[in-house]
Amino acid sequence: MNEIFASSATIGVVISLLGYYAGVLLKKKFRSALINPLLIAIALTLGFLLLFKVEYSSYSSSAKYLSWLLTPATVSLAIPLYVEIDRLKKNIKAILISIFVGCIVSMGSILVLSMLFGFTHAQYVTFLPKSITTAIGMSVAEELGGLVPVAVAAIIITGICGNVIAEGLLKAIHVTDPVAKGLAIGTSSHAIGTSKAMEIGEVEGAMSSLSIVTAGIITVVGANIFAMFL
Amino acid sequence: MKYLKQFGIILLVTCIGELIRYFVPLPIPGSIYGLVLMFVLLCAHVIKLEDVRAGAGFLIEIMPVMFIPAAVGLMDSWTDVKPILVPMIVIPIVTTVIVMAVTGIVAQKIIEGGKH
Repeated sequence: MNEIFASSATIGVVISLLGYYAGVLLKKKFRSALINPLLIAIALTLGFLLLFKVEYSSYSSSAKYLSWLLTPATVSLAIPLYVEIDRLKKNIKAILISIFVGCIVSMGSILVLSMLFGFTHAQYVTFLPKSITTAIGMSVAEELGGLVPVAVAAIIITGICGNVIAEGLLKAIHVTDPVAKGLAIGTSSHAIGTSKAMEIGEVEGAMSSLSIVTAGIITVVGANIFAMFL
Repeated sequence: MKYLKQFGIILLVTCIGELIRYFVPLPIPGSIYGLVLMFVLLCAHVIKLEDVRAGAGFLIEIMPVMFIPAAVGLMDSWTDVKPILVPMIVIPIVTTVIVMAVTGIVAQKIIEGGKH
């Protein structure tokens, strides 16, 4: 099975898509916000690889075209943002203040939790950029002397977490304004959260995309300052 | 020709974003330069909305599945993650809940305040 994966350019994509489709069917059947197709797809794909003893490198070589699409897809996030440009201008104050506050709270809460867990400086700075998009986050972690593979893991887990909890949490705390919802999702869980915001609505998706860029830039500067605190 | 043109424009802007990344020594990925550049070009009417809207819509709709390979790749970081497994789970969950709640509430308060 490992060799089939290593020599195919599509089987990894197909297995991933089937896993996602299974997740979509389950979500439809049980109509619950707790059932997340992305999480189910990851679990099923992981289970399949472990069951048939397929190495990650073999799976990756047959699924890499999915990852390859991420860069043009991220660039495409500019389009819904442009469609919502009037809303962007109208709410510019709320957008800038809430994303800024979100970034400070993110790094502040990581500082507190790192102290509680007795982290070393290297472990602390590994987690600092975990709410921003992977490519920015991993270079920030690297620059500050963190552990890059762990930083990537923390960023991905954060994104999945945001994707899973977004609908339920925002409903529970009565955040109903579509602009506020989008900003909350993008600032807390970058592109993986944004893919959920896009499903909720175009305004949510546009504001979430805007947050990826803004929070990314604020965190690049902020992480350098926060790095001095532990 | 419609989709060829749409995908072509998106890839061209993506490529320029990667070139900017190559020449600017900041920890910002090409995709972010590309996103900002695409937004600027749309605002300046250099690129027409209808020339990229359908292609972008397709890419955005299938975006969740693009994260599956990277997430499955966590199986290769297991040795790095294992010693700090508890904080690895606790920190992302706790901070994501706090950040999402605070950002959402702050934004909603300001927006509601502006309406009165």
